[in-house]
Amino acid sequence: MSGPVRFWPQASAIARRDLDRERRSSEVVWITIPFGAVALLLIPLAIGTNEKLLRDIGPGMFWVVVLLFGVLTSVRRTSVETPAQRDAVALLGIDPAAEFTGKAMALTVMLIGFELLVGAAAVALYDIDLTGWPWLLLVIPLVAVGLAELGTLSGSIATSVNAGPALIPFLVAPLAIPLLLGATQGIEAIHQGEGIVSWMLLMAIVVLALAVAGVLTARPLQETR
Amino acid sequence: MPSATPLVDLHGIAARIGVTPILRDVDLTLGPGESIGLIGANGAGKTTLLRIVATLLRPSAGTGTVLGADLTGPDRYDVRHRIGLIGHVPALYPELTLTENLAFAARVCGIDPSRSQDALEVVGLAAAAGRRAGESSHGMQRRVEFARALLLEPELLLLDEPHTALDPAAVELVAHVVDGVRKRGGAVVVAAHDAARVAPLVSSTAEVKGGSLR
Repeated sequence: MSGPVRFWPQASAIARRDLDRERRSSEVVWITIPFGAVALLLIPLAIGTNEKLLRDIGPGMFWVVVLLFGVLTSVRRTSVETPAQRDAVALLGIDPAAEFTGKAMALTVMLIGFELLVGAAAVALYDIDLTGWPWLLLVIPLVAVGLAELGTLSGSIATSVNAGPALIPFLVAPLAIPLLLGATQGIEAIHQGEGIVSWMLLMAIVVLALAVAGVLTARPLQETR
Repeated sequence: MPSATPLVDLHGIAARIGVTPILRDVDLTLGPGESIGLIGANGAGKTTLLRIVATLLRPSAGTGTVLGADLTGPDRYDVRHRIGLIGHVPALYPELTLTENLAFAARVCGIDPSRSQDALEVVGLAAAAGRRAGESSHGMQRRVEFARALLLEPELLLLDEPHTALDPAAVELVAHVVDGVRKRGGAVVVAAHDAARVAPLVSSTAEVKGGSLR
């Protein structure tokens, strides 16, 4: 019989499992990314070819699509997990906080991939002004981590109250507003020549608060399933 | 009654789902090297009792310890990795191969993942190691679950209808796994509806009927 394994090896094993499952099922690559790209493509068709308008709303549209994608992926991750699999994970002695962290890590990787691919489509379609683009190297991962934490936490809550994935959008959408505001207003602030630090700080605080909430509630949520 | 410290020691256990009573006043004691068969019809409460013994379900009444941990106390989390549960629904990840499923379990338990291949060989699935679980038959998935039990070596093994979907050759495998746990000083609980199939595996049997153990 083995002894207890530390937090990070368990978290990385969970992340590896989820990424392997995604690699095999390719749901994000073949379903969600095309869906996101199509959503960005349809918007100009709906509102016409007003280039200035498209350039103005482009970043906002992109972040809204990223938010919707985060919800969709979280819903999928929760609905594919069976009660038998959850029991098996509990009996492997996995620390629920490590499980939360590992799931959020895997979701973060998927979301960053989505943001980069769909972001490239958004730049091409909307002719987005990339002034201050180096800040995106910080904004993109922060949004991905925050949405991943939020999606994972919402999935655990939905499972614990036996509500199923239908509850997840209602949990994620309002709590994602600070992330959405931070990303859109931060980029806007750069274009206006204003400081972005306060918006980055807002996102960082949200990410930290979600991490703390996810870790602290992991055990109680697992036990009420 | 076993003389050594019991691995399972339950007293007056009751369970209900909503307002429906599932178990009432169940006592169960199991010492090292012992095994018991819980025999009963569908809906008798066997699976609920197994989940309580596995610490996955809190009883609505009663007290007890499992592997020395209080059934409802926080120390039960610390013994879970010493409990193996093979339910009647396979708990594998369909997108992962048979080896990857075992390697994941090994990794989170601090066991060398390369031992997964050895475990698959014992259950006769070495040639199918690279096949995805979702593309494997129910019987093969059951064998993988027994391979996981061989790999993780639980001190307390709980089997729910272990013969479901297994061919006659695999039935010997169940006996092999049960014997292994008992020889290591562990205990085994087998829940089934067919007493004749369970009898060779266990040292005693009890009937589960109407939520009570007789």
